[in-house]
Amino acid sequence: MDALKQELKENIIEQLNLEDMSPADIADDDMLFGDGLGLDSIDALELIVMLDKNYGIKLTDPKEGRSIFESINTMATYISEHRTK
Amino acid sequence: MGKGVAITGMGIISAIGNNVEENFQSLIDKKKGIGRVKKIQTNHVNDIMVGEIDFTNDDFIEQLQLPATNNYSRTALLGVIAAKEAIKNAGISDITQYKTGLVSATSVGGMDMTERYFYEYLENPEVQKYIDGHHAGDSTQKIAEQLGIDGSLVTTISTACSSAANAIMLGARLIKTGRLDRVVVGGSDCLSKFTINGFKTLMILSDTFNTPFDENRKGLNLGEAAAFLVLESDKVVQAENKTVLAYVKGYGNANDAFHQTASSDDGDGATLAMEQALKIAGLHPEDIDYINAHGTATGNNDLSEGRAILRVFGDRVPDFSSTKAYTGHTLAAAGGIEAVYSVLALQNNVIYPNLNFETPMKEFDITPELSIKQKEIKTVLSNSLGFGGNCSTVIFSKEP
Amino acid sequence: MTKESLGISSYIQIKDHHIKLNGKPLFSHEGAFSEFIKMGYKQCGVAYPKFFKMDDLSKLALVAADILLKHEGVQPENEENIALIFSNKASSLNTDRSHQESIQNKDNYYPSPAVFVYTLPNICLGEISIKYKLYSENSFFIFDNFNAEHLYHYSQSLMQSKQAEKVLCGWVDVDNDTYEAFLYLVSKNGSYEHTINEINKLYKK
Repeated sequence: MDALKQELKENIIEQLNLEDMSPADIADDDMLFGDGLGLDSIDALELIVMLDKNYGIKLTDPKEGRSIFESINTMATYISEHRTK
Repeated sequence: MGKGVAITGMGIISAIGNNVEENFQSLIDKKKGIGRVKKIQTNHVNDIMVGEIDFTNDDFIEQLQLPATNNYSRTALLGVIAAKEAIKNAGISDITQYKTGLVSATSVGGMDMTERYFYEYLENPEVQKYIDGHHAGDSTQKIAEQLGIDGSLVTTISTACSSAANAIMLGARLIKTGRLDRVVVGGSDCLSKFTINGFKTLMILSDTFNTPFDENRKGLNLGEAAAFLVLESDKVVQAENKTVLAYVKGYGNANDAFHQTASSDDGDGATLAMEQALKIAGLHPEDIDYINAHGTATGNNDLSEGRAILRVFGDRVPDFSSTKAYTGHTLAAAGGIEAVYSVLALQNNVIYPNLNFETPMKEFDITPELSIKQKEIKTVLSNSLGFGGNCSTVIFSKEP
Repeated sequence: MTKESLGISSYIQIKDHHIKLNGKPLFSHEGAFSEFIKMGYKQCGVAYPKFFKMDDLSKLALVAADILLKHEGVQPENEENIALIFSNKASSLNTDRSHQESIQNKDNYYPSPAVFVYTLPNICLGEISIKYKLYSENSFFIFDNFNAEHLYHYSQSLMQSKQAEKVLCGWVDVDNDTYEAFLYLVSKNGSYEHTINEINKLYKK
């Protein structure tokens, strides 16, 4: 699980072009949207693509993403339960 | 200020008709042009619905008698068809008689050909002719060529889904400031894999018929269309004893300054655009008889635009409807086709129904017009709201 | 309509690895565009976290506009009525190509929403409007070449009809590895005359 969390942090930083950030700057329970990392709706769509591409999880409704992308913890839990690759 | 610019001709091709008359008939018959995509091969064929025009490119090439070596994209073909109808409708036989310009809008441009021949460009010299057609200004130049308009008086606008509305606004100004005697204004956009796949990634495409202003709306249907108006100066109208169809009475453009693609919660940009258009027109909100809303049926647009309408019109919101349920969202052409529909509403004193509507939105208690409504219409306000926060409003009127 | 004489208060050029404000060199760096513009962004103090997510055209337009507006003392909190009238030749071609390649890729079909949103040239106007809280008129035109005449008449008409207090206009173009930005601010008074000749002269400097 820790390896997955580390991988998520690295991928998020790279995919979402979070300049000048390293995985160590993101805590497992940091809010990814709103006041936390300040991600926005386009970032949420990019994360949906990432779930599909890296883990074979297809979301059809962007609203589903809200609870999944709350933090690294919630993402890691969801991915480990639903991944197909 | 306050004096309108005369509209003396119009032309249109959309999923609900190949000319003005057919479009009007479909509007009155409540006939939608939405269905499964036929002419584009896409993996999303069963996930989306579109407003597609029946004619193939070959049909158009034949209609226009273009040589086999032509490199017209579908955007250019649609544009030429609609612009020619507008010129004919305006009774223009010699276009060079007056200083005539063209302001045309597109966002897709020649993308359809680029994607069709993407893999072949390097190996197949036959299709390399389409590379030049990719340039966004190419379709405008081709329309100008077909109409006989001097290339130096040609302008291409690209401001997303408000492009054609901005073309009308610029055209009206060019007439008002005396820079041109006559100007053909509008836009053209064809369906393409480019936009289908792009909007798909934004997850705002409905898998069924789009339902503007409905609580359970699922997103938009893409459509293809072209539409043009002919605007003429008072001098030309008088000299030629022209029949005026309606007037461009006011216009406004503002930026929403909120997000790349999403509209602000309270529709700041749309509110400012409507207020500005009313000011230029010298009209008060209560003077507006019908609003042809942008109403794309995305969750975000309809809420934001609805709130903006409430901010401008308060508790006296005029009859309003979105015609996107008929045509789909035709992107850069939308402001053009809705301008034609607005003029038809003025000419025929009729408001078109907002099709597919069932449940009012929970955020406010305004409901669009649901049936064909006959009433005296003197003014129509038409909204076009685009990505990049570009919000435009054009007001059309019967009286100058 | 009364004719009042308008001026150009500042202009900025970004091309060939150089940023120049009012003709004076501000920054230069020999390197690829991505590196050049990122260093320019940092060096010139353009603070806008979204910068790193933007496409090349928006990066170029934002850096150019920000340096010029800051120099002119424009503050977001004043929500000034500054219209944005931009133009170019390539539209959003570079970004269109990226999106195109991703949707044509049968084995690795993952088009990016973050790329697609920049496949319209006027998105850069949205970015500048967001950063500077500009709710004013904005438009984007496609021409084969820099068209001073069009920009001149558009801004004259906006200023004379009092629909804008100032107009930031110009050319921002990115195609493959070539990039060019030339923006100037039209206002009621300025160091340079607002004439088609002068605009062309500054553009060619």
